[in-house]
Amino acid sequence: MKPLKDDSLLVNDYISGDEKSLEILINRHNQRISSFIYSKVLDRDVTEDIFQDTFIKVIKTLKKGNYSEEGKFLPWVMRIAHNLIIDHFRKNKRMPKFEGSDDFNIFSVIGDDKLNAEKQIIKDQIDSDLSLLIEELPDDQKEVLLMRIYKDMSFKEISENTGVSINTALGRMRYALINLRKIIDKNNIVLTNS
Amino acid sequence: MEKIYSTKKNALAYPRVGPETIQFLLAYSKALRIVKHRQFSFEMILN
Repeated sequence: MKPLKDDSLLVNDYISGDEKSLEILINRHNQRISSFIYSKVLDRDVTEDIFQDTFIKVIKTLKKGNYSEEGKFLPWVMRIAHNLIIDHFRKNKRMPKFEGSDDFNIFSVIGDDKLNAEKQIIKDQIDSDLSLLIEELPDDQKEVLLMRIYKDMSFKEISENTGVSINTALGRMRYALINLRKIIDKNNIVLTNS
Repeated sequence: MEKIYSTKKNALAYPRVGPETIQFLLAYSKALRIVKHRQFSFEMILN
């Protein structure tokens, strides 16, 4: 029996122009990669799509000469597949797919995502309670938390506006959240809406 | 007695990607040319 060529050797051969090596690589890892994708998406067609996109990325990266992870071909491909699976679910969240069925339900397309009156009152109560709790925080932490959550600023913008480094802003955010949890725990406050 | 145990296929054996997809990828790989010029790299699909 001919000894199997190592992945890294095949990758090198492929980069230097041997198309056959790619075929060996794809066939060698087909089962593992497609099983991995299928275990996450549970759909044969989507599995084929993601598998294809994964290898298109692999081919482009190898041909551009941007591949540098010697000897770790499979984990690298798995990571690409993993990222594409995440992209797939993100895309589906934004643009839900409708399963073709005879009993078409209009409420799957239009829905009332507003809270009902009771939940709205609870939400308002929570929001006002939370703003009182935030007042308890030290000023530097409060400032970062308000900018991040209420003004929706990025940590980069926060660091520019407050004159501290991004890491300091991140640290302050972290401590703000920890302290908020402490205050909530200490006073046995229940902040849920369900 | 020996027939009591069923030889059920492993339900966890997921499907492999079909030969069409693999053929497509190989054809794509053959058709793709990357041309580098300074810091740019251009992708070309040669049919």
